[in-house]
Amino acid sequence: MAATTLEPASVDGDTFLDSNELVLNMGPQHPSTHGVLRVILKLDGETVLGTDCVIGYLHRGVEKIAEDRTYQQFAPYVDRMDYVAAVSNGLGYCMAVEKLLDVEIPERAQCVRVILTELNRVASHLLWLGTHALDIGAITPVFLCFREREEVLKIFEKYCGARLTTHAFRIGGLQYETYDTFEKDCVAFCDLMEEKVKEYHDLLTGNRIWVKRTTGVGILTAEDCKAYGVTGPLLRAAGVAWDLRKAQPYCGYEKYDFEIPTREGADTFDRYIVRMREMEQSCRIIRQAVDALPSGPIKGKVAKVIKPPPGEAYVSIEAPKGELGYYVVSDGSLKPYRVRVRPPSFVNLAALDKMCRGSLVADVVAIIGTIDIVLGEVDR
Amino acid sequence: MEQLLANPYLPSIVMTVVIILVFPLVAGYIVLAERKVLADLQVRLGPMRVGPYGVLQPLADALKLMIKEDIIPAKSDRWIFWLSPVVSTFTALSAFAVLPLSDRFFVADVNIGILFILAMSSIGALGIILGGWSANSKYSLMGSLRAAAQMVSYEVPLGFATVTAIMCAGTLSMQGVIHSQLERGVWGAFDNYGLMLVPTVLFIIAGTAETNRAPFDLPEAESELVAGFHTEYSGFRWALFFLAEYAAIVVISSLGVTLFFGGWLRPFPNVAWLEMPLNTAFPAALFAVMGLGCLKGVPRQVINGFRLLMLALGLGFLAVGGLFLLPAANEAVIGLFWFLFKLAVMVYLFIWYRGTFPRFRYDQLMDVGWKWLIPLSMGGLIVNGIVQLLVRG
Amino acid sequence: MPSAPWEGSLPAAIKERFGDGIEGAVLLGGQKLLTVGLPSAAGVLASLRDDHGFDYLVDVTAVHWPKRERPFDIVWILYSFAANERIRVKTTAADGEAVPSVTGLYNSADWLEREAFDMFGVRFEGHPDLRRILMPDEWDGYPLRKEYGILQQDGAWVRENLKIESAQ
Repeated sequence: MAATTLEPASVDGDTFLDSNELVLNMGPQHPSTHGVLRVILKLDGETVLGTDCVIGYLHRGVEKIAEDRTYQQFAPYVDRMDYVAAVSNGLGYCMAVEKLLDVEIPERAQCVRVILTELNRVASHLLWLGTHALDIGAITPVFLCFREREEVLKIFEKYCGARLTTHAFRIGGLQYETYDTFEKDCVAFCDLMEEKVKEYHDLLTGNRIWVKRTTGVGILTAEDCKAYGVTGPLLRAAGVAWDLRKAQPYCGYEKYDFEIPTREGADTFDRYIVRMREMEQSCRIIRQAVDALPSGPIKGKVAKVIKPPPGEAYVSIEAPKGELGYYVVSDGSLKPYRVRVRPPSFVNLAALDKMCRGSLVADVVAIIGTIDIVLGEVDR
Repeated sequence: MEQLLANPYLPSIVMTVVIILVFPLVAGYIVLAERKVLADLQVRLGPMRVGPYGVLQPLADALKLMIKEDIIPAKSDRWIFWLSPVVSTFTALSAFAVLPLSDRFFVADVNIGILFILAMSSIGALGIILGGWSANSKYSLMGSLRAAAQMVSYEVPLGFATVTAIMCAGTLSMQGVIHSQLERGVWGAFDNYGLMLVPTVLFIIAGTAETNRAPFDLPEAESELVAGFHTEYSGFRWALFFLAEYAAIVVISSLGVTLFFGGWLRPFPNVAWLEMPLNTAFPAALFAVMGLGCLKGVPRQVINGFRLLMLALGLGFLAVGGLFLLPAANEAVIGLFWFLFKLAVMVYLFIWYRGTFPRFRYDQLMDVGWKWLIPLSMGGLIVNGIVQLLVRG
Repeated sequence: MPSAPWEGSLPAAIKERFGDGIEGAVLLGGQKLLTVGLPSAAGVLASLRDDHGFDYLVDVTAVHWPKRERPFDIVWILYSFAANERIRVKTTAADGEAVPSVTGLYNSADWLEREAFDMFGVRFEGHPDLRRILMPDEWDGYPLRKEYGILQQDGAWVRENLKIESAQ
């Protein structure tokens, strides 16, 4: 959170220093900055010469809170970072602590974890799709997306009582056994989703205005992605088939048959297609996981009081927005000595300036949407 | 008194007063219709609280806007800030003067009617530009810049399409255009062996842009410019802009209906045997269905007042439907019915666009305007002119 | 945690090149950890990127150990897309000591280093624009340092900017 120091910006090497320049403050109260993001734009007419992100309006000091809570007590806090993908956050944190404890997680717990995380991925992508379309001016998809997302939230609610910040997992496995019709609900949701994705394609992919508004906007090539540490759908839309679920499988993802959707164009449209296909792939994983759901215990051998030996671990998972990492340091006490979150939104947002330069004001909104940020995670 | 009644300007004055008094309410109900239609497209219900099915929502909205605090930004240009919603509303409502609501309901039939509408719509843009500029906000400024560019670019194809229709009709008078369509026995849109469809389509597209409606709603692009030119407006001033926007929609739709869709003529005006089914049965059935729908909804209301209102609405619709069965009454209002019916279809189209399309980007908007609409509209004008010259001599 | 020496060509090559600068190469719970001295940190990171293909800087962060003589652990997490390999590079720094910035090597270091500076006051030498990122510019203190209390805040800043008297 700091005042801007926008340099006289340049497009293609030409420095603009004329009176046409306009500094426009976008946010933190703005309809399409997805929360309290503040972007200071330097404009020449409608052309963006440079941007400066001011973040921190939602900073709650999550990493500091961790130092004052026990390992179990801190688990619900991580749900409040990326609140649209709370299950992924919880999974990452639990896995990091489990790594410190070196415990084995039972098969059934692994399987349920996969199902819930994939459901959450679909929910997160649905929310992204709706708000992204809204940013570009299509006001209808957001309601359709919320209708389908509601089905996921219902499953969460039936499973653990909470809809958004679920705290679904516990260190060592699961707290709750699945409910009676859990498998049926999941399969029904997959059926619904596969049908609805086609509906979204009808509504948007075939729409010429949509295609024109997204093609060639906010290009971030594979080299740039790597340099900026950008992961997730943005990297895959640049043609790099990199997904932690395949690259370094966790939770038994190696057992499931799914593809990593990639595109070559690295623009907003390709990211849209990648995410749409990811939703289909998630449904595929959910179906397989439901079929293979073993019986057995749902919690590993974890003591009531969690006290990992001194040490440190970095564990990362493929969250809907990219690589979500937890670096946990233990000093052997009841409380984590340090919990560092590597948030995908924060790192991806840093590439905003690169993607925006030279584009138009309307594109900035589209680009913020396509990065898929959640300010709770950016600011923590 | 006798003298007063004999005054030739009396009907015009009465009509003017009626329009000025009634239109804000009509605009309110267009807004309600928009909210309901959008809600239906978006699997929602829309307003449901104020009155049965939200039918009193416009009144509540109007009341809320009127009692809202009137905020004028400290560094704005106060006079222009005050003036611009007035300019917008004044021009938009002035254009109503020449609208041929039917063969007997109109304020004035002047021989430059169409020109007058175009002029008023151009001056209306000034209100938006001034409003955006005077607020001294960057978002407003960008909104009004966009508005200016958009109006300039889209008035050209709109003008060409209009000119093509005028050429086809041979008059600038709104009533004259409709009479010409009656004589030729075909709606403007299908004249010249269907070639007039080109300016018709272009008129609808350019008209959407001219009224700043989605997908051309760049001046108020909510997701980019917060609210565009009226970002700093609130309360009743904002309501005036809103009124002007909906008045502009009605005016442009009316112009389109008049030029291309036969105004107050019924469909197939020269097919005599359609007289009964279209002019009597159709409106009567339409109102009967609406009335019965309302009556069916009565038992579903839990509040007695709402029940009464639904009952009154249902009976009212039935009564209006019955009116169409009386030959004398039918003759008096059938023109008005067709005009308003066509107008409603056009307005529905505008709402439908909004629920379906994403927004254009500024450069794409200019592309579409200058590279497609203007050449096409010019081509349409020339081709229609040649065809007309060859056929009619 | 189970710790084993990390054998292989990569640590060998790094050790050969930087000699005493490398303080240790271990597998900590199976995760590769390279401990280096602060003076060689910049060289090691550059070498890892250029010679060993670690083209993705995952994270830069710090850990505060106030009782130590050099209280800050600076941690870089690197990943190589080609080798599908992740390593952590760790060094120690004294309070106020300049730590080399890797913004020249990785663009992602920009915000990550700003955050570490914001939270710990670690000074990254060579960062083009080292200012606070999450906390307000004028904030006094570095929140993630251990001596910074969980309820502590910059009362003066709160009074001046929020016009409230904080209860904390």
